[in-house]
Amino acid sequence: MGELKVFLQTLITGLAIGGVYALMAVGYSLVFSILNFSNFAHGVVIMLGAYFGYYMCTLFHLPISLATTGAMLGAGLLAIANEKLAYRPLRLRSAVPLYFMISAMGASMFLENMVYVTVGAHFFSYPEVFKGSLSILHAKIGLLDVVALCVSAVAITGLTLFLNKAKLGIAIRAASRDMTVAGALGVNIDKLLSVVFFIAGAFAGIAGVFLGVKYMVYPTMGWITNKAYIAAVIGGIGSLPGAVIGGIILGVVESFVATYVSTALRDVFSFSLLVVLLMVMPSGLLGKTLEEKV
Amino acid sequence: MGYALGVLTLSCIQGIAALGLAIFTGFTGQFSLGHAAFMGIGAYTAALLTYFAGVPFVIAVVAGALAATVISLVIGVPTLKAKLRSDYFAIAIMGFGEAVRVILENLQITQGARGLPGITRYTNLPVALLALAIMAWLARNFILSKYGWRAIAVREDPVAAEMMGIDLFRTKLLSLGASAFFSGVAGGLLAHYLMFIQPVMFTNVQSTQLIAAVVAGGIGSLTGPVLAAAIFIIIPELLRVANMWRLVIYGLMLILIMVFRPAGLMGYHELSLEWLRGLGRRNRRLTTNA
Repeated sequence: MGELKVFLQTLITGLAIGGVYALMAVGYSLVFSILNFSNFAHGVVIMLGAYFGYYMCTLFHLPISLATTGAMLGAGLLAIANEKLAYRPLRLRSAVPLYFMISAMGASMFLENMVYVTVGAHFFSYPEVFKGSLSILHAKIGLLDVVALCVSAVAITGLTLFLNKAKLGIAIRAASRDMTVAGALGVNIDKLLSVVFFIAGAFAGIAGVFLGVKYMVYPTMGWITNKAYIAAVIGGIGSLPGAVIGGIILGVVESFVATYVSTALRDVFSFSLLVVLLMVMPSGLLGKTLEEKV
Repeated sequence: MGYALGVLTLSCIQGIAALGLAIFTGFTGQFSLGHAAFMGIGAYTAALLTYFAGVPFVIAVVAGALAATVISLVIGVPTLKAKLRSDYFAIAIMGFGEAVRVILENLQITQGARGLPGITRYTNLPVALLALAIMAWLARNFILSKYGWRAIAVREDPVAAEMMGIDLFRTKLLSLGASAFFSGVAGGLLAHYLMFIQPVMFTNVQSTQLIAAVVAGGIGSLTGPVLAAAIFIIIPELLRVANMWRLVIYGLMLILIMVFRPAGLMGYHELSLEWLRGLGRRNRRLTTNA
């Protein structure tokens, strides 16, 4: 019985963190599918989303649901600003992916250290929310994990519906096939990218709040998002179902490694998993074959 | 006076590391977020050799650089063989850098996170200048050799380069090994200048400083990154800016350079008399050459 209990608890924790990874991985994948580069600045958007949510909770005493909405809005607008200022000029010049990556790296450094300089390196913790726990088959499962899993599932289902049914969603999918042709056929690429970055940012906001509640809020929490990036790559970057599958796989595997092997090895394990998987499947589980455009 | 000499010495050392990353990023077009780890390997190997085994300084530094090269091949072979996209490679090498730090912090012989004090000071300004001159000469020869031309071809257009019969894997691997060698030399010199090393010196912050130097100095230039590396050491010392503001400014600078002048300080050019003469009538081709 004890064995099963530990197993079940590990599984649910893994699924919950996997759901949050998936939320973040979706942001990487969406941007990648259209602009064909890895947006390394996504991590700081998530980190700032966590700060936005924290301040909404503590300064304005908003309930967590409103604070999350606020974090989504804030992070979404931040992501749009990031695109307009750091990527749009490169896009108009059709620069190589290396330049986009350097620019993203710059945005990431700028924002992260801006937080250091202004707010400081303090750790903040959210007010206590979702404190309770459920008991399933004698296994104690944190309410937070359940909520995180449900919210992630709802958000990602919503996005899938949007991409498949809505006119704008179809335009986004068209642009991910070929941005130039989509533009020529009358899609306003500038507006479309604002929408894409807003969605990526809003998802980053939700993920940031969950990470903040679960762990804490601090300037280098963007480091966790590297693992979301790994999740996106494992699933096949650019593919939405891939991001979800990659996130869930990584979350569950990490959770089991942490429980049954060692917590210290967890992160090294994720990176090794990435390298090994890419050697076998260079485009990830569900990715299309990717040639770097030049 | 001693203080000024110290800053210049550090500039030379950072310049050597920047030369290495210039070969890999500036000339081969690959992005790395973990080159500080190679500096760390070079620094620790060289320091341990002089500290425990009493190996002569020069041999220790070269051994450190070779160790960095070997380790770079260990990470480079699987990742480059898998033809990882350059951004996947960047994240893989970043994870590798983290792993190196964790290992350095947990080994007995490196004395963990507390660091290794009491290294003899062998590096001074003449030594650093001489090393910079030798390494710059080596880098120039590398770039002008057929290996260098292949690297440039890979940067400009990997598909076309492969069609011309250039082996992408071998070219990138050679660049990585060469750049790790440079980083290792810089690490060895640094250890014997500061007389104290600690794993935390060789993390993301150092990697990003190197990238900032290469990008600001100019893609496709050797002298540009050395100049930029020196400027990035000297100016904060002059202004006494807090470390954090320095990183804020680096970040902003990377964006501004990519947006307004992707060629950097002297992209695709070397510091020479001809370049200085042509400074006045610079054409716009440079800035639009994306």
